[in-house]
Amino acid sequence: MTTTGAGTPQPSAEELRRRAVRQRQARRRTLVAGASSVVVLGALAALVVTSPGWPVVQETFFDWAYGREVLPAVFEGLLLNIRLTIIATVCIAVLGLGLALARTSTAAALAPLRILATVYVDLFRGVPTLLVILLVGFGVPALGLAGVTSSVVVLGTTAVILTYSAYVAEVLRSGILSVHPSQSAAARSLGLTAGQTLRHVVLPQGIRRVVPPLLNDFVSLLKDTGLISVLGVVDAIRAAQIESSRSFNYTPYVVAALLFLVLTIPLTRVTDRFMLRSIARQNAQVGV
Amino acid sequence: MSAAGPAAAGTTGPGTTTPVLAVDDVHKSFGTEQVLRGVSLAVPEHTVTVLIGASGSGKSTLLRCVNLLTRIDDGTIRLDGRDISDPEVDPDEVRRQIGMVFQSFNLFPHLRVLDNITLAPRRVHGVPRDRAEAAGLALLERFGLADKAQQYPDRLSGGQQQRVAIVRSLAVAPRLMLMDEVTSALDPVLVNEVLATVRELKGEGMTMVIATHEMGFASQVADEVCFLESGRILERGEPEQVLHDPHEPATRDFLRRVHEAGRL
Repeated sequence: MTTTGAGTPQPSAEELRRRAVRQRQARRRTLVAGASSVVVLGALAALVVTSPGWPVVQETFFDWAYGREVLPAVFEGLLLNIRLTIIATVCIAVLGLGLALARTSTAAALAPLRILATVYVDLFRGVPTLLVILLVGFGVPALGLAGVTSSVVVLGTTAVILTYSAYVAEVLRSGILSVHPSQSAAARSLGLTAGQTLRHVVLPQGIRRVVPPLLNDFVSLLKDTGLISVLGVVDAIRAAQIESSRSFNYTPYVVAALLFLVLTIPLTRVTDRFMLRSIARQNAQVGV
Repeated sequence: MSAAGPAAAGTTGPGTTTPVLAVDDVHKSFGTEQVLRGVSLAVPEHTVTVLIGASGSGKSTLLRCVNLLTRIDDGTIRLDGRDISDPEVDPDEVRRQIGMVFQSFNLFPHLRVLDNITLAPRRVHGVPRDRAEAAGLALLERFGLADKAQQYPDRLSGGQQQRVAIVRSLAVAPRLMLMDEVTSALDPVLVNEVLATVRELKGEGMTMVIATHEMGFASQVADEVCFLESGRILERGEPEQVLHDPHEPATRDFLRRVHEAGRL
């Protein structure tokens, strides 16, 4: 056995020299990137720490001893945010898909459904989420309808579901419309009905393409469940508010922010990875 | 296989057998552009009709009209004697009897090769999964594609993808196959493997209408060659005659240009 494999020729002297140069260039780039990061970030940190108000800010926002004290209460609130996010996601998936299918339908009999879905999407995409939460949370109980809950948790979550279904419906619709008509033509020419074509050919491809924006909406949803704290629901934000108003110290807000970040940063990283992969796949397909 | 029913008898006159496909004076416009201007065509069982003509002459539109993917403006199209241009006819039921292969393959990228092939048998014809897969594998085996059954389409060469597309159409045992420039997206080496597959179908007696720019291939498989120009069939006849001794100046001119492009 020789050390040279049959498929890997020895690099020439010139190639070895080029590799050495490239290695030197790479080292220099790493050094420059590191040095500039230290300088810029250091300057920013110095600016904050040496500012005249820093000692007061540190005391009222970054009191770590107090932060540890309120952590359990804020964490308890965050568990509610997580629970509501999971429930809402399921409802949004169903309602959003229904709306997207209604809007992309072409059958004559579905015309009223199409109009309703369009009006719905226009309405809930156009009104600020906070307003929807206030209107549903305070408006529905005021109607005094029998059998309708007056629980602010349920009403607030419903409002979030209503709003996000409109967003998700539009994302799904764009996915459905992005599938090339030749795919439908191929499916129909095999004898598949319009419904079968949608179910087995168009939807699987369309949904796959919009996974990154859907994940984006999921991260936003997680944060926006915090908006229902305006109805008095004790979630992470409300819990932080209660704690900080007891002590006139804002550290609980920072604690809540950090807890949200612990959840959202991994999610945004995953979204990023999905997006890059999906772009790479689409570029590869164009190359065929 | 469905045969022409008794109701169809007489539609083409006594003494003749009903052609599988009969296109009669079909017109089609897109906006102000007339794409088909009175095309008539009869394709008897077990024969191959080849459509030639420049891009835009109406070949693809004619095939899409036959498959009811495009609605005609006037004329009639009959499949086994039955008028399929009647709006009362269920287009899904008609398409089940017609296989179509496209220039751009149009395989379903999210499904493995075998699932591409078994989709229609399972969903449209209600064949149980195991039987559909066995039949699909047998077909792949026959066309030398058995080792690709579990691959996704984007891992296949263009020629392999097109052969899979042909197998996918065959899996529902169509009465008629339509091929729309099935080799136009392929490099010359891959063209041959696809053409060999089509020749094999011809050998098995499949009734086909083929639009192509491959004149050598046309002369091998065609029973009849039709030259289309501006939505009309200008010349038709045996391949030998149309391709080598055309009567019409326009046909001669077209073939000369094809020849110059090195495709004859």
